[in-house]
Amino acid sequence: MSSPGDNLTGLADELADVTEEALGESTTEALDGSADKSADGGGAGTADARDAAPLSPVSAPDFDADWSVRRIVWTMVPLLAGLSVLQMGSGVVLETFEDTLLENPALLVLVPVQIGTAGNLASIMCSRLSTQLHLGTYEPTLSNPGVRANVGAVLALAATVFGAVGIAAWAIGTALGGTLGLGEVLLISLVSGMLLALLVVVVSVASVEASYRLGINPDDTTIPIVTNVCDITGVLILFAVVAVVL
Amino acid sequence: MYGHDTARDVYRQALPVILVSLIAGLFAGTILGSEQMREGIESVPGILLLLPAFLATRGGVYGSLGARLSTGLHQGIIEPNFELDPRLTNAVVASFINGMAVSVFIAVITFAVLAILGGGGNLLELVGIMVIAGLLSAILMLTVLISVIFIGYRHGLDPDNVIGPVVTTLGDVFGIAFLLVGIYAMGILL
Repeated sequence: MSSPGDNLTGLADELADVTEEALGESTTEALDGSADKSADGGGAGTADARDAAPLSPVSAPDFDADWSVRRIVWTMVPLLAGLSVLQMGSGVVLETFEDTLLENPALLVLVPVQIGTAGNLASIMCSRLSTQLHLGTYEPTLSNPGVRANVGAVLALAATVFGAVGIAAWAIGTALGGTLGLGEVLLISLVSGMLLALLVVVVSVASVEASYRLGINPDDTTIPIVTNVCDITGVLILFAVVAVVL
Repeated sequence: MYGHDTARDVYRQALPVILVSLIAGLFAGTILGSEQMREGIESVPGILLLLPAFLATRGGVYGSLGARLSTGLHQGIIEPNFELDPRLTNAVVASFINGMAVSVFIAVITFAVLAILGGGGNLLELVGIMVIAGLLSAILMLTVLISVIFIGYRHGLDPDNVIGPVVTTLGDVFGIAFLLVGIYAMGILL
């Protein structure tokens, strides 16, 4: 849903970086070469880059390998298949609550938003924390001004989004023939949303901390993993709250 | 200084993106909650089961294509023209294969999970629905994504800033809509 797009955009960026690294120096050299030859390296310089291309024929095989159908498919399919298996976790929960969902369309309206927002908040939190880590201003305590600002912002964003979503989902659900009251939908939306925001905070801080201790760059691995974990847990939390409220 | 952003600064910067995804989510949710979709969910076992995986795949396949095209544009190795460039063609063909292969894979694991959960479900029906929904998504997403990236790039927009919202908004809304089309089509065929 919403955020897996964002998550995976990030993930694909990482993948592209990794493949670039794997291709090694010749690609970089070729790039430098064409950049030198073009008047400016920016977007407007594509015509120059095209002119420069025949002058650096060495680069062609590397680029072609990186852009081969086979390589793209073999890199992405296992990853996407693995992710699909993970997403079955959310699927099983949705399937289990099928009767409740069909009875109350307001809850069906909540599902995509819940999934999307979880990943979005997680990716904001993770990328900000890891930037802080790189800048040396991060420490894993709530007294750290940067961490405190991030936590405050994520909680405030969650309150805004899930408040608005509660009202919208109730209105749409009622229009679609549902019978849930505004209070119930708003309660479900806000409680599950705020729990989700807390989970995002805890998981993000823990994973950035863990990746720091393990010596892994949190930009590379934690963001795609944490955003997907939060997407899936978003559904679990939503239905835990639904089970308690209804 | 980055570290001196207050919670208010972060909130203000992040809110627009979050709201775009919120509106997309509400559209997607409205289609999901519609009477036709609910009938579809009721009549075809496994639709809710495959839903999260199906939607995550849209993001994965087309988000990564967008990121790749954006990198290529920045590197100057592809050009923002609608021509049969070998790299562009390869990237598009690969995304199409990825989208279709994973769609079929999702149908198969959905059937397997249904079997574990106590049976029901029709493998042919699930594969058919996923192939139709995957194919329609591919046509729409490839067309719109490439157009937006190329036209945006020519007008000085950094594609990296555009891909996320485009994939998010279109992928969700049309993913669910095409799922419904798939359910209808297989209902007529079977």
